[in-house]
Amino acid sequence: MSAEGPDAVAAEDTHGNVTVDRLDLADELAGADGRALSADAAEYALRLGDDALILSQQLGWWIARAPELEEDVALGNIALDLLGHARSLLRYAGTFDGRSEDDLAYFRDEPEFRCAWIVQQPNGDFAQTIARQLVVSTYMFELYSALRTSADPTLAAIAEKSLKEVDYHRDHAVQWTLRLAGGTDESRRRMIRAIGDVWPYIDELFRDDPLIDRLEGVAARPSTLRGGFDAVIDAVFAEAELVAPQVAGSSGGGRHGIHFSSLGYVLAEMQVLARQHPGATW
Amino acid sequence: MVTRGQTTTLRHAQGPRKEPVAEPVEASGRSRDRAWEVAATVTDPEVPVLTIEDLGVLRAVDVDGDHVTVTLTPTYSGCPAMDAMRDDVLLALNEAGFGDVEVRLTLSPAWTTDWMTDAGKTKLTAYGIAPPTGRAALSQGPIRLQLGVKCPRCGSLDTREVSRFGSTSCKALFECRACLEPFDHFKVH
Repeated sequence: MSAEGPDAVAAEDTHGNVTVDRLDLADELAGADGRALSADAAEYALRLGDDALILSQQLGWWIARAPELEEDVALGNIALDLLGHARSLLRYAGTFDGRSEDDLAYFRDEPEFRCAWIVQQPNGDFAQTIARQLVVSTYMFELYSALRTSADPTLAAIAEKSLKEVDYHRDHAVQWTLRLAGGTDESRRRMIRAIGDVWPYIDELFRDDPLIDRLEGVAARPSTLRGGFDAVIDAVFAEAELVAPQVAGSSGGGRHGIHFSSLGYVLAEMQVLARQHPGATW
Repeated sequence: MVTRGQTTTLRHAQGPRKEPVAEPVEASGRSRDRAWEVAATVTDPEVPVLTIEDLGVLRAVDVDGDHVTVTLTPTYSGCPAMDAMRDDVLLALNEAGFGDVEVRLTLSPAWTTDWMTDAGKTKLTAYGIAPPTGRAALSQGPIRLQLGVKCPRCGSLDTREVSRFGSTSCKALFECRACLEPFDHFKVH
């Protein structure tokens, strides 16, 4: 489907009333030197895109439920940024086999997703969401910093753009970690509990595997991001007087389609409208 | 996430530019200037006093024969106003007689408020939004410099950040301690 023409799209376009003025999407996204996206690079883009997409979907739940109006707005804005990253990454991944970002977001089943377990962890209370944000935004900051020098110009461009936004997300999570840890006895108790809950899911983010080996120079090698991540967390914890729990890492098979029990519920809510009413527009 | 069929490029906006073949260079230059003028009239639907030129979102206009290519860059990755701006550029150019128009999106180099024009900053203040203060490089890196933000209503510098996130991705929420009014600040990015 990667070479489908304008007519094919007009006939198959079930995802909205978009005006097709010119279709050269697959060609445009193939990279600056005209190479087709490899299956490996598409898989890698899916991993990154799915992390952003699922975390975005989870954060959206907080709108109208956060402790204060400003937090509704903050978490909503962070979710929106992540959705933007997901769109760029999934759109790029889809050029491999001609699937649109909507196809990938709404019409894949659970085993086809490639997100890590940490983004699948329940929102919990506000402290648990902040602990998850602290880990993921610190990881994403290191990831996109490294990916700016990727040999793949599209991934490098997405990384350059995303990094500036993830910087805000990390700052937001750090500020709240300090406030909750240094606030009341109850907020500190909850922050410590939340850190204990998310800590087992950190290791999965930094595991290398054969895909990463094959994408040398294109992918950011996860194990090389750990040092920068630990340095930031150590500095935050020193200021917040928190101690990183000594816990065993989870078996976390998200990169290979083996997921935490909560993902199915997240997907059900995210996908139900598109699946029940294909082609619905508003 | 409706995108199928939209003309989009995420790669670098560099690469060889096509030289006009069908018409003399001078005519093409006038045509390009005219196309830029038309594209530059399109405004941001969220901040209607700013044009996409004021914002620094309009990056390039190229004319090759009858074919016009407009390159835009999004402010923030998830900004929903981008789709509207893209459609408005197409519409404006079509109405001005340019029939064959293509709008491309580029992510690199990443948008920064350093590209906002001085005219844009003046218009923002008059509209009640405090414009970005200082250059983006100063707000990044290990030592951050937070410059004072002036209240767009009373001009006081005695203001405080209520939330780094505001009504749209590009704004933070502030309040003025002098006149006690809340206001939006177009944050340095």
